[in-house]
Amino acid sequence: MTALLTIIVLVFILVAIWQMVKIFDLAQAKNENTEVASDKDNRMNGYLMMGFLAFIYGITIYSFIKWGDLPLLSNSASAHGPKIDNLMIISLTLIFIVQTITQFLLYYFAYKYKGEKGKKALFFADNNKLEAIWTIIPVIVLAGLIIYGLNTWITIMGINQDDDPMVIELYAQQFNWTARYAGEDNTLGKANVRLIDIDHANVLGVDEADPYGQDDVITKELHLPVGRPVLFKMRSQDVLHSAYMPHFRAQMNCVPGMITQFGFTPTVTTAEMRQRPEIQDKVAHINEIRVEKSKDLVAKGETALDRYEFDYLLLCNKICGKSHYNMQMKIIVESQEDFDAWMKEQKVFKNSLIK
Amino acid sequence: MSAHEDTHAHEDHGHHHKETFVTKYIFSQDHKMIAKQYLITGTIMGVIGVFMSMMFRMQLAWPEQPNVLFEAVLGKWAPDGVMSSDIYLALVTIHGTIMVFFVLTAGLSGTFSNLLIPLQIGARDMASGFLNMISYWLFFLSSVIMVFSLFVEAGPAAAGWTIYPPLSALPMAQGGSGLGMTLWLVSMAIFIASSLMGSLNYIVTVLNLRTKGMSMTRLPLTIWTFFITAVIGVISFPVLLSAALLLIMDRSFGTSFFLSDIFIQGEVLHYHGGSPVLFEHLFWFLGHPEVYIVILPAMGLVSEIMASSSRKPIFGYRAMIASILAIAFLSTIVWGHHMFVSGMNPFLGSVFTFTTLLIAIPSAVKAFNWITTLWKGNLQMNPAMLFAIGFVSTFITGGLTGIILGDSALDINVHDTYFVVAHFHLVMGISALYGMFAGIYHWYPKMFGRMLNKNLGYIHFWITAICAYGVFFPMHFIGMAGLPRRYYENTNFPLFDDLANVNVVITVFALIGGVVQIIYLYNFFSSMFYGKKAVQNPWRSTTLEWTTPVAHIHGNWPGEIPHVYRWSYDYSKPGHEEDFVPQNVPLMEGEEELQH
Repeated sequence: MTALLTIIVLVFILVAIWQMVKIFDLAQAKNENTEVASDKDNRMNGYLMMGFLAFIYGITIYSFIKWGDLPLLSNSASAHGPKIDNLMIISLTLIFIVQTITQFLLYYFAYKYKGEKGKKALFFADNNKLEAIWTIIPVIVLAGLIIYGLNTWITIMGINQDDDPMVIELYAQQFNWTARYAGEDNTLGKANVRLIDIDHANVLGVDEADPYGQDDVITKELHLPVGRPVLFKMRSQDVLHSAYMPHFRAQMNCVPGMITQFGFTPTVTTAEMRQRPEIQDKVAHINEIRVEKSKDLVAKGETALDRYEFDYLLLCNKICGKSHYNMQMKIIVESQEDFDAWMKEQKVFKNSLIK
Repeated sequence: MSAHEDTHAHEDHGHHHKETFVTKYIFSQDHKMIAKQYLITGTIMGVIGVFMSMMFRMQLAWPEQPNVLFEAVLGKWAPDGVMSSDIYLALVTIHGTIMVFFVLTAGLSGTFSNLLIPLQIGARDMASGFLNMISYWLFFLSSVIMVFSLFVEAGPAAAGWTIYPPLSALPMAQGGSGLGMTLWLVSMAIFIASSLMGSLNYIVTVLNLRTKGMSMTRLPLTIWTFFITAVIGVISFPVLLSAALLLIMDRSFGTSFFLSDIFIQGEVLHYHGGSPVLFEHLFWFLGHPEVYIVILPAMGLVSEIMASSSRKPIFGYRAMIASILAIAFLSTIVWGHHMFVSGMNPFLGSVFTFTTLLIAIPSAVKAFNWITTLWKGNLQMNPAMLFAIGFVSTFITGGLTGIILGDSALDINVHDTYFVVAHFHLVMGISALYGMFAGIYHWYPKMFGRMLNKNLGYIHFWITAICAYGVFFPMHFIGMAGLPRRYYENTNFPLFDDLANVNVVITVFALIGGVVQIIYLYNFFSSMFYGKKAVQNPWRSTTLEWTTPVAHIHGNWPGEIPHVYRWSYDYSKPGHEEDFVPQNVPLMEGEEELQH
């Protein structure tokens, strides 16, 4: 309803604008008979150019102050996270500087050199020195960014087997996630969707005869011990999905027919993250919003929203169908002891089958 | 006006075939009429595409709230006025397809390449008028099929405009992947055929039909960009066609090019050995050059309008051509930056990061050259000039974030988030639209013989400019906060609750920006009949199209085609009384042609 009203109001505003323009046109009709910009138009639009520059600066500053903390730049929870964040901050700073300068030049020139009758422009067609300057400067800056960027990329994507990463399979399907831990032997049993046997409760298609698979553990929540490198092996049973874990600065597509992988080391437990002042502020703010929303809901006779508590999340980030927007899994980072205790409660694969 | 006065006897170029309504307005082979047909079809598609975006923006701002508009427009897809998630994805998909291909490829390139190539190089028409006509009608047919696909029972294609299989291949995975996707593929196959015919025609025309004296280095930059765009199109569009054909084979004939090991709805499918990653490679081999197919013509139009409206030569003509060539070359070897997290070998990711970031260099050269063109000019603030300045502004804002997305390490965390949506909408969506608007305001008198109302143009520009930043600037921030794109609503993630108000801000700007286009549409259609009559060269430009009579004639020039004696940017040249010297004016005694 709000939207419809908004549109109606907008249409009325348009009609009003149109009427005003008609009046302008009628008033001008005597003076000139063309639709080419007059000196008056040049002046007016010249000033508006400066106004617009102020608008761009304004929206930039406003966005950074109001929403700049949303990225949680200082709150990555993986070992490689700060590397990405540093590179991101450097890139953003660079962009900010270049943006501020070039937009200024563009709009200031548009204002300064607004046309006047009888004025003649400078015939200035070429200057090799200038061209060289603004070719070489970007080359140097980009060379730096490329070297830094590639260095970071290679560190992140290179998986070091000497670290003895814990192997976990992330299994995607429309529209949920499943995790499979490799068990004691840290080796996943072979699996293929052709081996799926619903009657046996073998939903991931793990090879029931493979000795490596017997101790695998299949769960619907992702628990990770803090400080231990993890190597995710990703599979999908139907369409493309993408395992996106924003707090860990991690993302990889899950592709039917192949196994993809991504590794990282979680460094901050869920409990520790919840204690961080920035996160507490964010959560408090979100809960305020939820309380407000709940008031409306209760008034309508619906149930109020739960209180939000911070949790790491795994989201699907590749369009996968109608419930793509709700394909998620909770991630819990905890101490090795808590992890071991939780793991002990889980059934191993061979015991989870229905014979 | 020093337009070419022709004293020769007038040849009647239309005398062998009598023109009827059908041959003049419908099956026309005249490039000027075909240009107008492209423009009007593109405009209609644009209205549909923009309207769709307004609808899904409303859903994002006010999720699951009943809306009378949804109920009226979407019917069964919005039970009780609440938009369903199926149709949300369909709207997003078709919005993307329509805007990228039907508006910004056919509508922009089709209109201005057809209009300007013969007029600016001094040719009677395109190399093949017949092929040109077929090209338009295939485009029209593909538009009709695309629009028709909106009405099929199970819904239109809804797998995103990138139609990644298996989602796009399996009707069990998504309703829209049935007949809707078949129609999408058929429509696109026809579209590609149309685009190839057009491109070949442009290339041949530019290479063979230039008038006497029109060397390649005297061509206006518009022609350079149309020419290079056509070359990129010929190189990359066939690859998309092959991807579409292979996908059709997988969907209908049981092959396994892109599909393997799929278990869906309780059964294992027979597909074995294919890979969706192969499709991604094929798709982006077109998909990335496509953004340059969209933006290059806009760059050409903007360069031309900036020079003419600044009353100055475009700065660095040769550097501009060099950067067009560099962009065209690089555009074909960067597609992998869309696939950093696709499961592709990370080493390939490194290579694509390297090539991608290199594109920033020619882009920076172009931006600085445009800014320098303004310096010490005598800027005529016509609506076209405002849009040209707006183009440079959004191109810089949107382009700069490319160095984040092109950097594989950073892409990990912002891939497929709203950061990407903000980036490409600014750098190719809004910028290309601005280029198109600039072109329309500038060449409207050439197309319709009448002027667009400038005051409506000013209002159109300023409100649009504010809304464009209002919509896409905040989007960067919700993207950096980790919000994925193509989510029907964000209410299932309390983590994103504090972004809800940003979404409302964005939607309000989007609605205003969308509705304001009505001003432009009114101006466009009413000026055709009631606009002020145009003079021959209203903007006092140097290029050849302004030497043709205002009333269109078949063959463009009533007499001989003018010869060309100078480059196209002799604005405010010292030693001349006027502040512009048309290309067909011979050099004065002792005058030197600039060593450009």
